[in-house]
Amino acid sequence: MKTIYMDYSATTPMKPEVIEVMTDAFKHHYGNASSIHHIGQEAKVLLQQAREQVAQLIGAEAREIFFTAGGTESDNWAIQIALETKPGKHIITTNVEHHAVLHPLEALEKKGYRVTYLPVDEYGMVTPEQVEEAIEEDTILISVMYINNEIGSINPVEQIAEVAAKHGILFHTDGVQALGNTPIDMSTNKISMMSMSSHKIYGPKGVGALYIRKGVRTVPLIHGGAQERKVRAGTENIPGILGFAKAAELAGASLDQHIEKLSRLRDKLRDGIMNNISDAKYNGHPVLRHPGNVNICFKYIEGESLLLLLDMKGICASSGSACTSGSLDPSHVLMNIGLTHEIAHGSLRLTLGDFTTEQDVDTVIEEIKPIVERLREMSPLTE
Amino acid sequence: MYNQKVMDHFMNPRNVGEIENADGMGEVGNLRCGDIMRIYLKIDPTSDVINEIKFKTFGCGSAVASSSIATEMIKGKTVEEALQITNKDVLRELGGLPTIKIHCSVLAEQAVKAAVYDYATKHGKHYAALENYSPEDDDHDHDHGEED
Repeated sequence: MKTIYMDYSATTPMKPEVIEVMTDAFKHHYGNASSIHHIGQEAKVLLQQAREQVAQLIGAEAREIFFTAGGTESDNWAIQIALETKPGKHIITTNVEHHAVLHPLEALEKKGYRVTYLPVDEYGMVTPEQVEEAIEEDTILISVMYINNEIGSINPVEQIAEVAAKHGILFHTDGVQALGNTPIDMSTNKISMMSMSSHKIYGPKGVGALYIRKGVRTVPLIHGGAQERKVRAGTENIPGILGFAKAAELAGASLDQHIEKLSRLRDKLRDGIMNNISDAKYNGHPVLRHPGNVNICFKYIEGESLLLLLDMKGICASSGSACTSGSLDPSHVLMNIGLTHEIAHGSLRLTLGDFTTEQDVDTVIEEIKPIVERLREMSPLTE
Repeated sequence: MYNQKVMDHFMNPRNVGEIENADGMGEVGNLRCGDIMRIYLKIDPTSDVINEIKFKTFGCGSAVASSSIATEMIKGKTVEEALQITNKDVLRELGGLPTIKIHCSVLAEQAVKAAVYDYATKHGKHYAALENYSPEDDDHDHDHGEED
């Protein structure tokens, strides 16, 4: 049975070019970039090149890129920077953020900070006006995700960054799903900080970066040695960072084609499912959307059952149902865009990527209908 | 995440369907938590043997598997025997479920009780095991979170 991987927003397979660069690094570039000798210095040069490659993908300067262990660390660090460099106790975010933003903020609420969780519209988006209205005298940070990981909607982060800049407030965006999936140009926007992850763009896991605009005061989250200009301690993960950089380079070189191809496949998959199966709801914005994200709720059935049956056909997908989220409720994103429990439990996320083929899309369209029908036949909700 | 037996009952569920003019029908669970189980019974009035049982379930893999195995365990048993079956028996028959899925086996036990209660009420029968039973109680006492 052929595996059809449609869970690219969870993680991506690595590109062969990335593996090649990393294998070479493991074999030959084992030096500690802080060492004086030539092996260390070689690593240092490669590290700098990697920084430039990642910077290039988002129109940033190399010195604005700080490597971390991934998106979650970057999100936590961005929040920490606001806490320690700005006086004030108020933070603005949305109610559909990733847990890597929501949970640190919830922890801060217990320490006396106030957090405004902006309600989103039916597509999971907020407006710059909403953000501006929520600003208080002691607001120290606005954090709004670039692209939602579940339903793929793209927030107007550049306009929100303008609002934040106008009020002199730091603006952070979780850009994990956006990187390599939408054009980002830090030279023309006012985003203060952006979290990035390597394994969502065909790079290795365990490495990411935080973009910190020059001029933004920085404090460490992880204290120790003098790496990353003294603000992110720990010996640099050279193979990981080089792999991330290679992935960024590849993403930058084919961004337009990537977006065009994926958007076409995405819409084909959406139409193939929506035209074939009744009582289904397409979630997320129709146009302002991650190029590879399809999110559909099927009434009367439950997401985990759907995933198990799809998996039996080799199709890898995900869901926001309670059973798959490991909690009592369906995902906060689906609930906060206004879905009922009944509908949210039947959610299916299919996320496409660079290795997805036309044939894969055709196969999924074909396989999914009998599976949904089978579960509906078993369901007591379908009279 | 599930063992082979659970997967077998999920992939090939036994006794799926409805019974027209069922002698007893019980439904438990709620949409909020994402699982609803409905069981239909045909019961021989003289021997009290459950000779036909069907289920319909909205829920995850373990909810379907728990329903399926519970129907197998109960079919051919007397009502009194069926009422002795607990969620632990369902779990044992399935060879275990992940901790956060234990409530699915509870649901199966409750669905059986609800269906028998319906039968008993309609047919004026009394069973010792149902003495303290109230259909309101069977609404799914999840142990993995707060209710609203």
